[in-house]
Amino acid sequence: MSVLFVVLPLALLLVAVAVWAYIWSARGGQFDDLDTPAVRMLHDDEE
Amino acid sequence: MPAPQLGTPCSHCGLAVPPALLASEGNPSFCCSGCATAHEILRTNGLAQYYAFRERRLTAVRSSGRSFEEFDHPAFAELYVQAEGEGRATTELYLEGVHCASCVWLVERVPLLMPGVVRAELDVRRALARVEWDPRRLPLSQVARTLDQLGYTPHPFRGVARDAMRRHEDRAMLARIGVAGAIAGNVMLPALALYSGEFAGMEAAYTGFFRWVSLALTIPALLFPGRVFFTGAMAALRTRRLHMDLPIALALGAGFVRGAINTIADTGPIYFDGVTILIFLLLTGRFLQQRGQRAAVDAAELLYSLAPDSARVLEADGIERTLPASALLPGMLVRVRAGESFAADGTLVEGETSVNAALLTGESRPVSARIGDVVHAGTLNVAAPVTMRVEEAGTTSRLARLLRQVAESSARRAPVVAYADRLAGWFVATVLVLAAVTFVLWVGRDSAAAWDHAIALLIVTCPCALALATPLAVTVAIGRAARAGIYIKGGDALEQLAHAGHLVLDKTGTVTEGQTTVVTWQGDDAARALVLALEAGSSHPIAEGFRRAWPAGAVLAAESVTHIVGGGIVGRVAGRDVVVGSPRFVALHAPGGAGTVVRGLDASLTPVLVAVDGVVVARAGLGDRIREDAAAALASLRQRGWRTTLLSGDDPAVAASVGAALGFEATEAIGGATPEEKLARVTAWRAAGGPVVMVGDGVNDAAAIAAAHVGIGVLGGAEACLASADAYLTAPGLEPLVRLVTGAERTMRVIRRNMAWALTYNLIGVALAMTGMISPLIAAVMMPISSLTVVLGSWLGRTFEPVAGAAPSGVVPMATLPARAAA
Repeated sequence: MSVLFVVLPLALLLVAVAVWAYIWSARGGQFDDLDTPAVRMLHDDEE
Repeated sequence: MPAPQLGTPCSHCGLAVPPALLASEGNPSFCCSGCATAHEILRTNGLAQYYAFRERRLTAVRSSGRSFEEFDHPAFAELYVQAEGEGRATTELYLEGVHCASCVWLVERVPLLMPGVVRAELDVRRALARVEWDPRRLPLSQVARTLDQLGYTPHPFRGVARDAMRRHEDRAMLARIGVAGAIAGNVMLPALALYSGEFAGMEAAYTGFFRWVSLALTIPALLFPGRVFFTGAMAALRTRRLHMDLPIALALGAGFVRGAINTIADTGPIYFDGVTILIFLLLTGRFLQQRGQRAAVDAAELLYSLAPDSARVLEADGIERTLPASALLPGMLVRVRAGESFAADGTLVEGETSVNAALLTGESRPVSARIGDVVHAGTLNVAAPVTMRVEEAGTTSRLARLLRQVAESSARRAPVVAYADRLAGWFVATVLVLAAVTFVLWVGRDSAAAWDHAIALLIVTCPCALALATPLAVTVAIGRAARAGIYIKGGDALEQLAHAGHLVLDKTGTVTEGQTTVVTWQGDDAARALVLALEAGSSHPIAEGFRRAWPAGAVLAAESVTHIVGGGIVGRVAGRDVVVGSPRFVALHAPGGAGTVVRGLDASLTPVLVAVDGVVVARAGLGDRIREDAAAALASLRQRGWRTTLLSGDDPAVAASVGAALGFEATEAIGGATPEEKLARVTAWRAAGGPVVMVGDGVNDAAAIAAAHVGIGVLGGAEACLASADAYLTAPGLEPLVRLVTGAERTMRVIRRNMAWALTYNLIGVALAMTGMISPLIAAVMMPISSLTVVLGSWLGRTFEPVAGAAPSGVVPMATLPARAAA
């Protein structure tokens, strides 16, 4: 038995977590407006 | 964007301050009261750091000064407001004049200005502000008034519900693409191991493991992101039409089933890498295309937002009430103050004024209107308060009909898409026939091989590269164009502009500067000071023209000034009687000077005579100056084979004179065209064949712009016109038009090169598959390489080059182009 049979499913599990995080952020509207936040972050340092 | 001029800059917007408004040393000076109000709001609320932004609006604050009472009307709430929890409500407002970073900062600080507002978020690209507020603490009209005072006149946005639906759709599509990409990448890894195993040898235990892992990964790719192709294919089957989804679904399904059988049997190719990459690339191409096609829908929505939305109705008890324009009924009496727009079509019943119909007809000179005259919604009351009886309101007014035509023309314009669909049909049929032929050719010899070869053909010919070729090249070109100051909404426009066709130009504001100024002055220069003194307090366009031409300002003071509507202005300056006005009017007031009236003034100019103590001393020609680069740009376009036509709503004599100066043929300089006539002419030219490109700046051009194959809005145009245009030029003049055409030609060259590559790959793939030469290895190499060539070809192609003086990168594009595909 090679270590491959353990590591590959583990790697795929990590991928699954990343994909889940991506879907979560896409559904949460993180990618709705890609222009405004880039501008907004420039201004948030005061207040 | 006007550069800051010499002299004292306005403390708010940076434009030159007229000498008359200069404040004492050490105090801020403002170019207008709008700027002063905005500055005061910012200062008293501790938002003065707005002025630290390098990249700010360099235009004077032009607030409409309306009360926005109708925003609190129950009918308004029903249409535009959504209730939220805890008694809060949200609405979306379309803001005029949003275009840069400082706008985002300012609009999103509104909750600091008004405690009842919970949140304000601005989507800078679409100029939509989402406002959440507490109606019990604060009426929406107050929020609207503050936004207006800051220079962002708000309009209710109707597309709220559709917007939410579309956002949902977009998110689902992005999730699909992400999943498909992750799976494709992870299937590629065992696939690479398997391919190298074929050469170097691999133990059967590993091969089997990798094949099963690939199978396990492919199943979710088909079930989640890949499902759209199967539902699309089913729909195509049900409607009995050949659709791109059909061979795709066939290839995906057959490839997967064959691969799964081979995995279980542990022999033969598995196809899983091809299947997953296909899903990913096709979804990406589709997403890019979809974003480009939304422009038309958005345009129509914005147009409705821009129609005048309130009116002051005179009720039977003599009290004025502000009502939403949609609530106006024929027979109602409406008061319209000077400087306001008419909200409905109707007849004047009281008062006498002059009306600027430039928005509707393009006529640059105001016309006088008396009791009994008909006025139209959207036109501007220039001179005096009047009362009007409503005849046609809401959806039946001339403006509403015009806007509806714009929306209809926008929706109708899709010949390119239709063509692509037909082409796709042929492609689909060919691929299916070829796959069947391959199967029949091989089935006699070896039925297993027949299946494999047919499936290999389906996968290898799959239109990844073809599907990416156009949207990718167009998206990259649109992104580059935006950096060069040209905003393009869709790929169709680029396609049409690449071939010489019929270029139709509006006059006012497009080939001319669109502002009245003194073009000729004959006579006594000393009289200028007298004229300025007399015109100093007048808001008449002629007076503004004098002030624009001689910005030094008045040094003398005038007494007993009288305006005569439709005639001129009379008064005493420095002890002398001064009369300024039309030749007829001046002849009436200064009978002694009639002899000095000189004929032969250019027809495009309005003659204005100046008489001092009853003697005519000077004659000014006021008009609209032709843009400096117009002649060169037109010459360059004509050289490329474009037919040019000047189509103006202005007086035919004016159009002819401007046309002659710019080298238009006499029959190609058309004046006196109403918006309806412009639309009819453009439609007729369209029907006569060849692409028709309409360039304009006003609402009067909007319908024609939408009806043309390509509509182009120029800098400073009305928002309705920009909304219906396919492309928008942010630099003044016509030179950017030449750059747009050049860029379009280059983009089409890149697309053609992409298509050629993709087709070559497909032909080679078909030949290899039909002769049974294709091994899974060759298929796996050919697929990504063909797509990669297309990606590189689109990326490296020279299309639009950045120009000096264009918007610096980082400036967010004008929001009037809602669905600009992201680069």
